[in-house]
Amino acid sequence: MATMTMTAAKAAPTALTVALKEAGMTAFVVFMLCFLMIGFETQATQGQPLGFVTRFGAIAWGIVLVPLGRVALVLDRYGHAMPSLIGGGIAFLYLFGGAVISLAFDIPIVAYNEHIIGSDLAAAGGIPMPFGDPIVDAIFGLGALYIVVMAVLTLRRTAHGELTLEAREAKEGRSSARAKRLSLVLGPTLIVVAIIIPFTPFSDRGLIETLTLILTYVMLGWGLNIVVGLAGLLDLGYVAFYAVGAYSYAKLSLDLGLDFWASLPLAGMFAAFFGVALGFPVLRLRGDYLAIVTLGFGEMVRIILINWQVFTGGPNGISGIKKITFFGFPFERNAPEGTVTFANLFGLEFSTMHRVLFLYYVILVLALITNFFTIRLRRLPIGRAWEALREDETACRALGINPTTTKLTAFAMGAMFAGFAGSFFAVRQLFISPESFVFIESAVILAIVVLGGMGSQVGVALAAILLIGLPEVMRELSLYRMLAFGVVMVLIMLWRPKGLLAHREPTILLRRGNGRKKKAGALA
Amino acid sequence: MSAAAPQMATAGNDALLDVNHLTMRFGGLVAIDDVTFVAKQREITGIIGPNGAGKTTLFNCLTGFYKPTVGRLTLFNGGQPAYLLEQMEGYMIGKKARVARTFQNIRLFAGMSALENLMVAQHNKLMLASGYTVLGLIGLPVYRKAEKAAKEKAIHWLERVNLIDYADLSAGNLPYGAQRRLEIARAMCTDPVLLCLDEPAAGLNPRESAELNQLLMSIRDEFGIGLLLIEHDMSVVMGISDHIVVLDYGKKISDGTPVEVQRDPAVIRAYLGEEEKE
Repeated sequence: MATMTMTAAKAAPTALTVALKEAGMTAFVVFMLCFLMIGFETQATQGQPLGFVTRFGAIAWGIVLVPLGRVALVLDRYGHAMPSLIGGGIAFLYLFGGAVISLAFDIPIVAYNEHIIGSDLAAAGGIPMPFGDPIVDAIFGLGALYIVVMAVLTLRRTAHGELTLEAREAKEGRSSARAKRLSLVLGPTLIVVAIIIPFTPFSDRGLIETLTLILTYVMLGWGLNIVVGLAGLLDLGYVAFYAVGAYSYAKLSLDLGLDFWASLPLAGMFAAFFGVALGFPVLRLRGDYLAIVTLGFGEMVRIILINWQVFTGGPNGISGIKKITFFGFPFERNAPEGTVTFANLFGLEFSTMHRVLFLYYVILVLALITNFFTIRLRRLPIGRAWEALREDETACRALGINPTTTKLTAFAMGAMFAGFAGSFFAVRQLFISPESFVFIESAVILAIVVLGGMGSQVGVALAAILLIGLPEVMRELSLYRMLAFGVVMVLIMLWRPKGLLAHREPTILLRRGNGRKKKAGALA
Repeated sequence: MSAAAPQMATAGNDALLDVNHLTMRFGGLVAIDDVTFVAKQREITGIIGPNGAGKTTLFNCLTGFYKPTVGRLTLFNGGQPAYLLEQMEGYMIGKKARVARTFQNIRLFAGMSALENLMVAQHNKLMLASGYTVLGLIGLPVYRKAEKAAKEKAIHWLERVNLIDYADLSAGNLPYGAQRRLEIARAMCTDPVLLCLDEPAAGLNPRESAELNQLLMSIRDEFGIGLLLIEHDMSVVMGISDHIVVLDYGKKISDGTPVEVQRDPAVIRAYLGEEEKE
């Protein structure tokens, strides 16, 4: 304890100078960034030339508040967390609390001005806040909250003492073990919840449709996981295979009159074929170069879909795709000539919900099949070769593993599951167009894989729920939806840089069951 | 493969690898210049030479990472037809000719466990047993039996190199010496007829070096395979090599038993230095 106070005393002058220096830098950056963009607001008034109003007040507040936050963080770094905690706490309560009160009780917020000083709330016309906008003030409040959290973490760390390298490694091991336990519990729970959720009282059409959408992305995430997570091939054009699957079903059903169930395997095969076709030219490429080529491939497929009018319908897409049937029994109110509808078959009252529910269960089963296959494949020689290829291609070649076929099978497998998902997409939407297969889709699927923790099946499912479900839930926030989405992404990456559930279980253990214990013994 | 027949006569019956007029040029740089030697079965052939002498380039030619500019590399594998290594695709040298190697800078599958590393080494055998994944996916007993046998073998090698306690740990987290041993075990799991070791003793302490000597000699005696050994640690090379080839600036300057090589004035001049003259 004595040594600690000594180091603190010695560090005090440096902390102050560093804090001042960094605060000055921060103030400068804030000024440069905001002077033009925030300082002047253009205003177009009817019948007058374009004018502008200045907002120097907001800049002044930014130049004061942001460097103050910087000072708090520097103090944290030097172990003086108390002032940051108190200052951050007050700032948070004022900025965030004020915004919440204003929104909750419908009291307007006003910027500080000469009328406010020395008068009461009513005269000011609302709660005086630095920026006079509940959202901006609330965001600054969240910044203050970050400072508070950092200060609390610093206080806890100083209370427990610094972690040694061994302790940190052990902690990492524990977090991995926790991720494993969580996956073991969470996986089956999620499956059970997914199966029974349509029967719960709060399920409605909207919920089931959202869940169907989420499950489509879960399946795509699991499929891409084979290529990116296992084989380590960064694929930015995954949506191309999704498109191939969707168009395969659309064309097969419209031109050849094939049923969904007959088209599904064919669509998977076509997509796998495209996977191999893409795989061949890019076999020699690695890392960034591979990513660029796959990105190009994804765009190529989309542009072909737009331009090949006669076959794909061009930008107008394909509509009137055949609806899904219950293995041959259609979901219709009135049975077409010579067929029995699903409702008649089971003696039920016709309901449009039947088809929605059936689609939900179809995608659930398809996703689970993808999951099952991936888990099986990992434990087979091909899966191990994929992972070995990710770790070191040179060593693989020296061991007599053919990198060409190994990569191609990874591409083909991943593409096949995308093809299945694509067919499902087509049969659910009943209308497809190139607009559904843009690059952002590939990016979202990749984000799901990375965010979930590469190679973790349950993690991918969680990430899909978060990434697809969250924007749906956050529709209320309208304008700030994407901002909140970005904030959540950044927070996850700060909190769990390796993904939500980063944990790799060996595909084979020396002795089943006590592998973990053995490991601990070996380390000790 | 009949092209190899004339060499067979010149190389003798117990020859394993015949390196014939091997030259490797990178643009204007001649890394290996007309090197010819024979490595025999059941022998450890040491390859020594100062830094930049072309030792690792020789290995890279042998294991298909480079295509030699000139020359012939013939591998005699028991009764089977000889393999012309310089004409084979990189991975086929490991798969068919069964030449295994380790790397100067260790190349393990760092994120996978030690046991998995050894399972990956048996990929081709297991791939066949799993019916190229199809039968394995269904879970036929054929594959399960093959996997069990492969695991037994991996465990055998883990015990042999004293790593059984680390079996389920990530290879990348193992201590340095353990990683070196694991890489040798991984190479041995491919059932090689020729094992090429690129500086296996680098970074080992004297006790570990001595253990390595024991391991290499036991591999030679038990499996009757040939070993090619690049090494700077003279206590290893001189202690266990049956035959030494000395390279300098890409040329072979000496070839013989350790005693002969140590006495060779060319070697003393080029490699050991003038002061060592006795």
